[in-house]
Amino acid sequence: MRMSYAEAAAAALALEMQARPEIVVLGEDVGRGGIFGQYKGLQQRFGAERVIDTPISETAILGAGVGMALAGLRPVVEMRVVDFALCGMDELVNQAAKNRFMFGGQGRVPMVVRMPIGIWDASAAQHSQSLEAWFAHLPGVVVLAPSTPQDNSALLRAALACGDPVVYLEHKTLWGASGEIDPGEVATLGRARLRRSGKDLTLVSWSRQLLACEEACDALAAEGIAVELIDLATLWPWDRDAVLASCARTGALLVVHEAVQVAGFGAEIAATVAEALGCKVRRLGAPRIPVGYSPVLEAQSRIGAADIVTAARALCA
Amino acid sequence: MNAPGAALSEDLERLAALYRTMVRIRCFENAAEAASQGGVSAFGEAAHGRAQVRGPLHLSTGQEAVAAGVCAHLRREDYLTSTHRGHGHTLAKGADPARMMAELFGKASGFNGGKGGSMHIADFSVGMLGANGVVAAGLPIAVGAAHALKLQGRDAITACFFGDGAINRGPFLEALNWARVHELPVLFVCEDNRWSATTASGPMIAGLGAGARAAALDIGSLEVDGNDVLAVHAAAGRLVDEVRSGGGPRLLHARTYRVKGHVSVDPATYRDPAELAAALLTDPIARARAAYLALPAAEQGTLDAIDAAATAEIEAALAAAEAAPWPDPASAYTDVQDTGAGVWR
Repeated sequence: MRMSYAEAAAAALALEMQARPEIVVLGEDVGRGGIFGQYKGLQQRFGAERVIDTPISETAILGAGVGMALAGLRPVVEMRVVDFALCGMDELVNQAAKNRFMFGGQGRVPMVVRMPIGIWDASAAQHSQSLEAWFAHLPGVVVLAPSTPQDNSALLRAALACGDPVVYLEHKTLWGASGEIDPGEVATLGRARLRRSGKDLTLVSWSRQLLACEEACDALAAEGIAVELIDLATLWPWDRDAVLASCARTGALLVVHEAVQVAGFGAEIAATVAEALGCKVRRLGAPRIPVGYSPVLEAQSRIGAADIVTAARALCA
Repeated sequence: MNAPGAALSEDLERLAALYRTMVRIRCFENAAEAASQGGVSAFGEAAHGRAQVRGPLHLSTGQEAVAAGVCAHLRREDYLTSTHRGHGHTLAKGADPARMMAELFGKASGFNGGKGGSMHIADFSVGMLGANGVVAAGLPIAVGAAHALKLQGRDAITACFFGDGAINRGPFLEALNWARVHELPVLFVCEDNRWSATTASGPMIAGLGAGARAAALDIGSLEVDGNDVLAVHAAAGRLVDEVRSGGGPRLLHARTYRVKGHVSVDPATYRDPAELAAALLTDPIARARAAYLALPAAEQGTLDAIDAAATAEIEAALAAAEAAPWPDPASAYTDVQDTGAGVWR
């Protein structure tokens, strides 16, 4: 069946809520379906006790999620946008991520924290960030970034079955993207998706940035450069084996992400590949500036297909 | 109606039990304090390797009546969250002091396998969900646990200890508001020891403090002399009954005093010695002892036996902690996460 990225997530969550009575949803505006429609119909179906409308209290939402998880529930915590989740960083970083280790395995925090990322047209510096590198850096959490409606179903179902705290990064401009869905698929976490096979260059990306990568692959193919495109999908634990195997075949790696390039997650991938294989590597991310409001300024933070093509040509020269 | 003799016997037993909890806490912390000297580099003190309890050790010496008086009303199935100064709460909730001491020594037999130490002391098996290294961080967690209890229809409540410094952090407001909005079974306990680390709290708190802030959110509260264990016991009992009967959240503001420095190696030279001297005259254990002995038919031997038993119990805990093995270094890689576990470098 065909569904949007938002509908796929709502359908996957409904399937899991039906199967697992311990799942509860909490967040601002979730009762009316969430600000992107990703919870549409769930409160009507499962009731206000399981789809819980909360005050604008990010600290308490994340902290209560930790307490609920310790007491046997499996909360899905909605942060609206990743930028707002920053109001609850102690609860995520010091509490959720470290609880199991710090207390010697006495408890578990099986919580899925949804925090949509990315540039959202004309939304400026506090509603446009991609902060996945922060969370990949944090021991104790799983980090997922679905790029398609299928993955927003399959990865969400896997996240809801996972015993670890999961940072779940949907992209704000993918909600309307539609595609064929197999609602029965539960993704294997930590496994990348091979989008295209090619012998000349390995291109690794995730989330919405894959759209520009696809476009670049077409342009490069016309020039005779065959690109192997990998959607990481799980940022932690990332599929090191798949990326290394691909790079061993192609001899060159380009990592592209929407996030700021400096200290971005692309650096981790590029360094790993360079250390393991000694092959050519290159990163491409946003300049280290806040995202601006005016379209002219905002454009400075976007990585387009042309940028990717240029970087790929330089690597393959 | 019970005979007067039975009522008197109940009073004696209640006070002796509260006294026992306080003495066990005092013994535990005195022992930990002695084992910690030189174990942390702070306030100009140099760390050295001889200390067996290393790192920051926050003592609740002089505050024991709050832990004892509140936790006497808690059942095993009730939850508890605590602060960085949490040994007393943990002991009073029923944790084994030998495993607590082993945790402070960083040994494998500690509650957390040596992964947490004093600031993360916890015994989930008795509902004690952990001390916390971050001021006010326990409040939202307590509220979440209470929310789960309500959704699951369990006959239990959550108690949440925090200090006077915590009421100046955002999680205090967010957690209290949430608890009232959702009518959750949680007792908030402000253990007011008058110090926020090395700064006096009074000048840092606008308005009338924890109770007034609770009142603004329509949460009922009581204020009590936190060094009078019977008063704490009575007030906590009333509030716990209200919370258990579905009345929603309540707050207890217990006024006590931090006798020691912020951490065990902090000599607290920043405060007026007269303030400490005055506080020592209201020591909760001495007061409980006097109150007990003032009861007809009280026998000093009962209290002496409690003292001796607590001393022996903590000496045994110390010996066991010293003798216990270190954790296997490989355990540094366990209980991080299931998906994506490993060394990864």
